[in-house]
Amino acid sequence: MHKARHNPLNSIAAHAALLTWTAIALFPVTVILVNSFKTRKAIFREPLALPDAESFSMVGYQTVMKQGDFFLYFQNSMIVTVASLFLILLFGAMAAFALSEYRFRGNTLMGLYLALGIMIPIRIGTVAILELMVDTGLVNTLAALILVYTAQGLPLAVFILSEFMRQVSDDLKNAGRIDGMSEYAIFFRLVLPLVRPAMATVAVFNMIPIWNDLWFPLILAPGEATKTLTLGSQVFIGQFVTDWNAVLSALSLAILPVLVLYVIFSRQLIRGITSGAVK
Amino acid sequence: MASRSRLHVAVFLAPAVLVYTAVMIWPLFNTLRLSLYVEADGVRSFAGLANFATLFGDPRWSEAFWNALGNNFWFFVVHMLVQNPIGVALAAILSHPRLRFAALYRSAIFIPTILSFVIVGFAWKLILSPIWGIAPGILDAVGLKALFAPWLGREEYALTTLALISVWQFVGIPMMLIYAALLSIPEEILEAGEIDGITGWSAFWRIKLPLILPSIGIISILTFVGNFNAFDLIYAAQGALAGPDFSTDILGTFLYRTFFGFQLQLGDPHMGSAIATAMFAIILAGVCIYLFAIQTRMRRYQF
Repeated sequence: MHKARHNPLNSIAAHAALLTWTAIALFPVTVILVNSFKTRKAIFREPLALPDAESFSMVGYQTVMKQGDFFLYFQNSMIVTVASLFLILLFGAMAAFALSEYRFRGNTLMGLYLALGIMIPIRIGTVAILELMVDTGLVNTLAALILVYTAQGLPLAVFILSEFMRQVSDDLKNAGRIDGMSEYAIFFRLVLPLVRPAMATVAVFNMIPIWNDLWFPLILAPGEATKTLTLGSQVFIGQFVTDWNAVLSALSLAILPVLVLYVIFSRQLIRGITSGAVK
Repeated sequence: MASRSRLHVAVFLAPAVLVYTAVMIWPLFNTLRLSLYVEADGVRSFAGLANFATLFGDPRWSEAFWNALGNNFWFFVVHMLVQNPIGVALAAILSHPRLRFAALYRSAIFIPTILSFVIVGFAWKLILSPIWGIAPGILDAVGLKALFAPWLGREEYALTTLALISVWQFVGIPMMLIYAALLSIPEEILEAGEIDGITGWSAFWRIKLPLILPSIGIISILTFVGNFNAFDLIYAAQGALAGPDFSTDILGTFLYRTFFGFQLQLGDPHMGSAIATAMFAIILAGVCIYLFAIQTRMRRYQF
């Protein structure tokens, strides 16, 4: 009866299929990383070979370090991502608490209003967002990006967090109230620590799209001082199209931080997606 | 509860509602409003549907718009026909109960999804480049060198190539969602099928697939919304002009060029708003079709 489900031939076929796609998925990244450490001649002569003593070269990285302000770009990306995540989580959790804890007139309506943004991409409003940032003098500041990403992340954050906050026991909160805790203390000291796993899911979901976004940095903060790593590498690579060493090194430097983040957070991310948080 | 001051409810809600309203909802409606205005000599004046008349009536504009919309549909169709079936197939294999290294495969296949479009666009541009010769070299090794063409540089292939690159990047998302859906199918249902002699592939087609249809519906609408506001990959690989000869132009790049300007053309926020309004209508129509036509009908499959 279990024959069809545990057939060794099936298992070999399964591994073959998965290995094939894994190879397809990793091939481009590997080729870029490997070739970024080679001399120009070796890049063209044997693109698939690993660097050896003769073909090893860091000249591309030297060009990138000299020409591009990658540390500044990296710092900008860090500030924007961390600040946006902090605001999404804080404001999102507060609103989710209000919606899940208190019964007030317009509660459902407010929930629907905040959920609108889950399906409608914020990019549609770009023309007016740019105008708003020009009027408030926020163009070419990191604050503009932080505000946009916070607004973009809030709908899903409120939706996911309020689902989780409904499960926090009422007895606990009421016990806090009897002890004279204020509503704010109940939220910050009792409820927030209990929904930490859900907060991590929300953070990981938002992190990658914010870090990788090209559209808003291009439109709202293209200045040299506010370039994010994604925009910075796009501009840099555009300028150095013919310097293959520099292009490959710049790509590798852009891949590295995301890869490190992924290695740290991949379990959280995959658990978040597969736990049905997106349903 | 009711007798206490309700000020804290407002305090809890205020920051999120303010930021969301000011930076998302208000600009969204303002963009829709701006599409009804024109600007002449620095003065903005109400013009009714004039921008839409230009967009759909002026052949220069309407050709560009229909070209972008058509390309965008093809982009979406390739995702539906290639990305989602591959995603479902990978998930079906991964969900096999005794498969070893499942977590490893899952993490590796998801890696392209976390990379930025800039990296993906340039990496593939280099690999497919006839100058570097990786793609022709690989095709040569399997005896198919004659098949090679500078895909990204040819009008007839460029859009499909970019769509397939995007498929390569995002196949991890349908894979994960379907994988989760497959794991949530109760074991008793599969065992009941086995007793009736339904195993292996026929169990997949006849039991699992109908049960994961709601997830496939969600993936379809996510793909739709994602594709119809896509921009980054095309911009990173082909630039704002979406070459060759606009053959890879989609609504996102068309919107960018129109409202932000490029090279000699000045940006026009009002025409840009008109295009954004059209995109809004398309996405809204897609979401409504999903919510009212597809999702309500799928309910009966859920347990």
